Amino acid sequence: MSLIEVTDLRRTFTVRRRAEGSRRKQRTEVVAVQDLTFGIDAGEMVGYIGPNGAGKSTTIKMLTGILVPTSGRISVAGVDPSRNRTTLARRIGVVFGQRTSLWWDLPLRDSFDLLQKIYRTDPARHRTNLAEFLELLDLGELLDTPVRQLSLGQRMRGDIAAALLHDPEILYLDEPTIGLDVVSKGRLREFLRALNRERGTTLMLTTHDLQDIEALCRRVIVIDHGTQVYDGTLAGLHERGGSHRTVVVDLVDEAPPISVAGAVTRRVEGPRQWLSLPAGASAAPVVAALAASYDVADLSIQEPDIEDVIRELYSRAPSG
Amino acid sequence: MVDYGRIASLWVRASMAYPASFWMMAVGSFLMTGLDFVAIWVLLRNVDDLGGFSLTEIGFLYGATGLGIAFADLFVGRVDRLGQMIRTGRLDTMMTKPVPLLVQVCADEFALRRFARVLQSSIVFVWASTYVDWSLPRALVAAEMVVSGSLIFFSLFVALACVQFWTADSSEVANAFTYGGNQVTQFPMSVFPSEIVKALTFVLPIAFVNWYPSLYILGRDDPFGLPRALQFASPVAAALFLGVAALAWRTGVRHYRSTGS
Repeated sequence: MSLIEVTDLRRTFTVRRRAEGSRRKQRTEVVAVQDLTFGIDAGEMVGYIGPNGAGKSTTIKMLTGILVPTSGRISVAGVDPSRNRTTLARRIGVVFGQRTSLWWDLPLRDSFDLLQKIYRTDPARHRTNLAEFLELLDLGELLDTPVRQLSLGQRMRGDIAAALLHDPEILYLDEPTIGLDVVSKGRLREFLRALNRERGTTLMLTTHDLQDIEALCRRVIVIDHGTQVYDGTLAGLHERGGSHRTVVVDLVDEAPPISVAGAVTRRVEGPRQWLSLPAGASAAPVVAALAASYDVADLSIQEPDIEDVIRELYSRAPSG
Repeated sequence: MVDYGRIASLWVRASMAYPASFWMMAVGSFLMTGLDFVAIWVLLRNVDDLGGFSLTEIGFLYGATGLGIAFADLFVGRVDRLGQMIRTGRLDTMMTKPVPLLVQVCADEFALRRFARVLQSSIVFVWASTYVDWSLPRALVAAEMVVSGSLIFFSLFVALACVQFWTADSSEVANAFTYGGNQVTQFPMSVFPSEIVKALTFVLPIAFVNWYPSLYILGRDDPFGLPRALQFASPVAAALFLGVAALAWRTGVRHYRSTGS
């Protein structure tokens, strides 16, 4: 049995809307997620992706017990989250990128102390964890700063430390890199990779940033309009979505469309040409072949965008 | 309970970081509630009694209901901020912590200055008590009255806040029942028509906060001739209130819809 098991999960919301031409409000059912079925094993790192409003957060909220499913079954670490929310809380960590679970007006140190008490974490264990996370997340000097004075990146690191101090088996991250700069994103990914490798923590993250997934997750689950449209490897997603990487080549002189093995020329505009190759493929042989046969002035590689990948996938999906 | 204390003490320590502000708020709050009773005192300087009850007897009723709402307000008053916690997503983060949600909601931003209300009511209650002809059974009923009264207001706070699981904000309606309930019970029920007293006994039984047990303690006959058993029924009323509040809270949490993101 998997650590997280989801079967035929469905959640609807009743919305009261004023119908056109009528003054009375009518109740309508809006489906947030439906027919979700997947399992996540201990130690996996899974990316849960989809466009805005696809139902990502709704799913995370059901997995953590915040929302009660309309129908279907969830089992996390052997229990039903919404019925055993407070018991399960000790075994999971949750980070919402858009909000903080720290105490806004209090210094980080006080938040961490209080967490040790309410989670009943062994004090020695708490101290070792805290020392380690302060070091890895570079929080040492911020301990006495009230949370409201922290920058977004600092606050996010504080939130991640807070979610991990009680040694959770599972860490849910809802948009953890949203709004962070490139350096912070890189360090955060490095930290999460190490966490998974060294502690075996199971990670499930929702994100908009394909690079998060590339850096962290072997497996992705794609959700769109509340329905699961893909579950598999990232390479497989690119393949199925038909997404591609683009090599932009600036030649010294104008030339007819380039022909090299492993890539197709899509567009020519003066000396600049756009070549595309499958997303899973390496660009190195293409670049080497280009350099060998053409006078290349400059060259860059564009990675596929997550929205594009999903749009492609969605338009190709058999029944939508 | 332990967790409530831990969260609350953290907030007390935080508020003590600004001692001047703390004391000004505390004194202000003490004076505000104190003026309440001064108004009744001035009224009774000019008339001998109100609904057949003397100033000290009214002081006893006033102190008893005051203690009830003061304790409830001190410990669970924060629950009326539930709508705001829902809107800001703070409730979501609380739900991922291993402490019962109600405990976290009520202990959030715990403010010790609310103790001023307890202090003010205690002073009036103790003063009025010196005029009571005490016996052991009367003392027991008095203790049971303060506990039951607190629990009744506690339940009112919680049950009414649950409405905010469905509507964005309804704290004004809630205040009408909680603080309104407190003000109604500051006077002897004998000033009201019997229909109202019956409603406050059988429909929304807040007369049990102070009126019925006080009749026994003060050795007074019920002006409406209602059964004497009611004078000992405050714990039953409190239990009913608690049951309704617990049911409302559980239903609210299970129907919680969270916010968009």
